[in-house]
Amino acid sequence: MSMSNYFVVGKSLQNSSIVNHVTGATQYIDSITFPGMLWIKAVRSPVPRGKIKKIDYSKAEKIPGVVKIITAKHVPNNYHVNLAGLGVGPPDEPVLPEDEVNYKGEAICLVVAKDEETAAKAANLVEVDIEELPPVLDMEEALKPGAPAIKKWGSNVFMFGGGMDGATPPSSPKRPYFLVKRGNVEQAFANAYEVVEGSYLIPPIEHAPLEPHICVAKPEPSGKLTIYTPTQAPYFVRDNVATILNIPASNIRVVSPHVGGAFGAKVDPEFEMQVAVAAMVVGRPVKWRWTREEEFTISTTRPAVKIELKDALSREGRILGRKAKLLHDAGAYARTSPYGVIKSTVNLSGPYNIENLRYEGYCVFTNRQPSSAMRGYGVFEVSYAVELHMERAARKLGIDSWEFRFINAYRNNQVTATGRPIDDAYLIEVMKEAAALAGVKLPPHLLQLSS
Amino acid sequence: MAKLRGRGIAAINYPTGMNLGGDPSQVVIVAQPDGRLVVNVASVELGQGIKTVLAQIASEITGVPVEDIEVRFGDTESAPHDTGTFASRSTHRMGNAVIKASEEIREIVLNTAAKMLEASPNDLEIREGRVWVKGVTDKSVEVKQVISQAQFTYNTPVVGKGFYVKPKSSVDPETGASDPHSTMAHGCTVAEVEVDTETGFVTVLKVYTVYEVGKAINPQLVESQIIGGIVMGMGAALTETVYPRYPVLDFQTTSFRDYVLPTAGDIPEIVAKIVESPTPTGPFGAKGVGEMVVNSIAPAIVNAVYDAIGVQITDLPITPEKVLKALKKSGR
Repeated sequence: MSMSNYFVVGKSLQNSSIVNHVTGATQYIDSITFPGMLWIKAVRSPVPRGKIKKIDYSKAEKIPGVVKIITAKHVPNNYHVNLAGLGVGPPDEPVLPEDEVNYKGEAICLVVAKDEETAAKAANLVEVDIEELPPVLDMEEALKPGAPAIKKWGSNVFMFGGGMDGATPPSSPKRPYFLVKRGNVEQAFANAYEVVEGSYLIPPIEHAPLEPHICVAKPEPSGKLTIYTPTQAPYFVRDNVATILNIPASNIRVVSPHVGGAFGAKVDPEFEMQVAVAAMVVGRPVKWRWTREEEFTISTTRPAVKIELKDALSREGRILGRKAKLLHDAGAYARTSPYGVIKSTVNLSGPYNIENLRYEGYCVFTNRQPSSAMRGYGVFEVSYAVELHMERAARKLGIDSWEFRFINAYRNNQVTATGRPIDDAYLIEVMKEAAALAGVKLPPHLLQLSS
Repeated sequence: MAKLRGRGIAAINYPTGMNLGGDPSQVVIVAQPDGRLVVNVASVELGQGIKTVLAQIASEITGVPVEDIEVRFGDTESAPHDTGTFASRSTHRMGNAVIKASEEIREIVLNTAAKMLEASPNDLEIREGRVWVKGVTDKSVEVKQVISQAQFTYNTPVVGKGFYVKPKSSVDPETGASDPHSTMAHGCTVAEVEVDTETGFVTVLKVYTVYEVGKAINPQLVESQIIGGIVMGMGAALTETVYPRYPVLDFQTTSFRDYVLPTAGDIPEIVAKIVESPTPTGPFGAKGVGEMVVNSIAPAIVNAVYDAIGVQITDLPITPEKVLKALKKSGR
């Protein structure tokens, strides 16, 4: 088939959902209700890190309309890691904590009641005695020897290698960072005309979907469980909920109708796990809808990522070598962060040809809400750091910003940082288009280049 | 005090699909008695228009008009396994699976139409919702009618199944050597800004942006992604973080009162262009576009501010406070 022969591919047909979206006819999860449905509110940790000494439910349980208070003991298989299906381990996150809390707002227990107001009132009456511990918040501090360790394995860093990162073979050695190296980076720096260093930081960013997290879980007469949730990944939720409930995945149905915005916020299945446990324990439909404050303070964020770049440059403006160290703030639990770090680390060359390199990507744990995927995951931070660094290097060498990028743009038949042959390079052409669009007159020697 | 103008650029690439691959998608297309098609996928409609894109792909291959194709999505009870709607993967991964399923339907359509038109399947072509005998202007039959008759006259189930995966790459633990992505899409953004040296406030005046997407299955939906991505990335560049004093927890944001998102009034003039360099791995050459479009604007804006004030601010967001501190440092 030649390009021009397509009938409907390449045509701007109207988004088939758009009319219902703009007229308000689209039904979101909040419209779903069932007879006898109960509501959830969480009792949340007031501190970023602490030991749970005692929980007193007695006042809360006396409130009329409170049906059940769900704790760690109700969860069949409490500790999990949501990328277990990719081979990531060990399980580091409880559905509900047993003896410690690791971020401010972490759900300690769930109150299930006849309505939202009753659940909220009772949650406020649960008395939690927590021994506060000094929180780990700064990634550099977290990596220092002697820092308080918040993970059960005695450090604040994820160990790559050994087959526990969803990437490397089981027989490989473990190390506290993911490593990408190629060529002879020390030689490149020895030959450098100029060395440019920089450190760049992306802070945690909220996805801010219009629709906060919401979920209804309904035990069916057949013994199955139906979960209505605006997830981006129905099967991912299904597999993870099955793991923590210790039931066959096919006994769970996950329905994700129209989603009111997600941007990566609705990938992690931990919220659905909590609702599912509550529904299984009480045997009735239960609903939980987060407030905007919970969306900001409990739901995942884009990770904070700090990237240190050091480039060896030739006089003509070629990047001879690059050293990079990337620190990714996972927050309290692994979630998708080990995956995100690998994705970041393999992309640290950006769209440029760099033959000598050493990149180290660290997945660091801190006492804040877990971070996870957000639009552009893994590469958003890298594109930011690399493009600021390109500008810094171009100015240091006194070379035009466009020219410096053209000189270093990758071409077909070169290889990426991980040795993958490049067969789809198109950066030079795209830069020519962008320059033309912006009215920038590129010199003829750049216009002659192609990928 | 003055208003300083600057221009900044950013050039990027973005991988399609999950890093290292190993993220399969499956689809089953089932014909209805009247010849319409139902495409069952566990992909999720987030507003991006994946329903529309998959219907276009199925229509292109099967010849069933796009308005007669229903994409049922987001339900594990009706759809086979899919890894999820993330990693810029659905058009590429599920699109490829839908092509395979549609090709099975197409084969049934051609074989059945051959019987109905008393011709060889090789002599048939599908266009405008009908199966034609090549070169014969008065010998054709509607595709939907063929699909209906296949079931009720020729006793043939009309079901198409499709599967796509980029096999998971191995990783050399000593070097990281691997084949992490199916294809790379590319982008280049130019931002023009104005910096108020009295208030430190940065205004984005104009954005020129080009994205190479392999093949735009639906250009209007790609353009929607571009506008949304640029605006989202502007927020990251200028105002957004839940921890304004990161890494400490102080002043953690709790509402839209203290967490400032760009709104309609902040959107600058955006001049966008889509270019196509089809990839052999993509459906009709398509690459993933949903995420790349948020990645190029923040560095372009920060580089533009660098150009305007002569100081490079390195940590996001570049709030008026940081801009004023940078101006003070530079003595401007």
